[in-house]
Amino acid sequence: MHVSVALLLELGLILVVLGTLGTLARRLTLSPIPLYLLAGLALGEGSFLPLPAAGEFIRAAATIGLVLLLLALGLEFSIAEFAAGLRRHVPSAGVDLALNAPPGAVVGLLLGLDTVGVLALAGATFISSSGIVARVLTDLRRLGNRETPAVLSVLVLEDFAMAAFLPVLAVLASGGTWWQAVAGVLVAVGAVLAAFAASYRWGHHIGRIVSHPDAELLMLRILGITLVVAALAEYVHASAAVGAFLVGLTLTGETAERGRAVIAPLRDLFAAVFFVAIGVSVDPAALPPVLPAALALAVVTGFTKVLTGGYAASLDGVGRRGRLRAGTALIARGEFSIVIVGLVGVGHPVLAPLVAAYVFLLAVAGPFITRFIGLTRLRPAGAVR
Amino acid sequence: MDVNEVLLPGVGLRYEFTNHEGDHIGVVALRSGEFEVVVYDDDPDEGRPVFRLNEDEAETLAQILGAPRIAERFADLSREVPGLSSGWVRVPESSTFAGRPLGETRARTRTGASVVAIVRDDEVVASPGPGQLLRPGDVLVVIGTDEGIAGVNRILQG
Repeated sequence: MHVSVALLLELGLILVVLGTLGTLARRLTLSPIPLYLLAGLALGEGSFLPLPAAGEFIRAAATIGLVLLLLALGLEFSIAEFAAGLRRHVPSAGVDLALNAPPGAVVGLLLGLDTVGVLALAGATFISSSGIVARVLTDLRRLGNRETPAVLSVLVLEDFAMAAFLPVLAVLASGGTWWQAVAGVLVAVGAVLAAFAASYRWGHHIGRIVSHPDAELLMLRILGITLVVAALAEYVHASAAVGAFLVGLTLTGETAERGRAVIAPLRDLFAAVFFVAIGVSVDPAALPPVLPAALALAVVTGFTKVLTGGYAASLDGVGRRGRLRAGTALIARGEFSIVIVGLVGVGHPVLAPLVAAYVFLLAVAGPFITRFIGLTRLRPAGAVR
Repeated sequence: MDVNEVLLPGVGLRYEFTNHEGDHIGVVALRSGEFEVVVYDDDPDEGRPVFRLNEDEAETLAQILGAPRIAERFADLSREVPGLSSGWVRVPESSTFAGRPLGETRARTRTGASVVAIVRDDEVVASPGPGQLLRPGDVLVVIGTDEGIAGVNRILQG
């Protein structure tokens, strides 16, 4: 077998750099996502560090990363948790949508994006990063706090909104006439509902077919099925990512739990490459013009998320400081805003740099602000036992 | 004692209770198998982290806190109820049920005696379900009549 020295070396160097950046991010209790984007930016076209041999691999790995991100989102989903979130936090989800999607839509219209671009930008400003928020809450040891269930419920309901939104966006992005788009949207929404119904009624059967006591075989089966379904979905113009998400949705219970465990390291690897690839696709020269818009969006939607979280926490009877903690926890945007850009693709030259800059700002600022807000508590010395 | 259960979607579960000294205690059970213990003092909204345990440490702590009480309760039970005994039954290497689920022995249906715990090396599986796999060398804690316990023993020797 021919071994490509250049490929190994370039790929190895990329992973070493990502590993170093990741370590740095962990030390600062930050999300590594913005740093991965930066790394991609540095590797992009016309940059000082072109990596020709690894380019093909990065493109392929980024596709798999997108698929795995959505598979993991689907696996994460449990009907019981969704129902629990629904019972109490439907108003929060309404406030969330009403406050956070319009700023993106308005900026999209002002920048003269087409319908798909406007929708995509609205989605990108709406969706908080479940990954970053859950991580920050764990790192800051806030899981015991009273506002935390409200924050997590908002995230779950956002994920559900994504389940309906992503297929629709994917169909619209693939173009076609209006009736093709409508038919495609109906098919996409139908597929999501069918996956839900299947997981609800036959989840344990499906789980039994896929499940195997051996972790390696389980991983191969889940990955294999996911890639095949993703390919089929892409073939019928419904987006590979959505197909993967549907696979994740249909797996429930113990299979989903073990699936999460075996898929997580793969997802982390390929998702990192996906973020790099998005960074690569952004021309550094395209960044400065969109920076003002990104900054304005970040400030406005950071503020609207604070209101959203505060409102959700108030439904659970949380006090003023807890409401502020809940609000700031939700500021971070991350993987799914990037996923939306990945879905809409290269047809929108303004969108990718804008969202990359926007995510960069909020993925960095969000955890910092929520940590700072948490520190404002001055504990009387006597209270520490 | 009332234990309040709070769902943390995507993360795990939180149990909250107040002990006899009036301390408000929260235990977060993470999906990853780790645990976090917090105490609420002046602010009921904000838990003060006490400690975190990984899966092994949590299991060890549970055994330290729970194991003596399981044994004591069995002893109390058989003293209190006449005609009811508790006994130990070992799963021999040669048993046809070694490596198979507890449910397949149909022990309770056939003898009326219940397997309430399985002692495996230094760990205790409390209230095992029918799907619990039996391993050679497992010791089953059985509650029932003396005949029933003897019956479970006979089944497992087979």
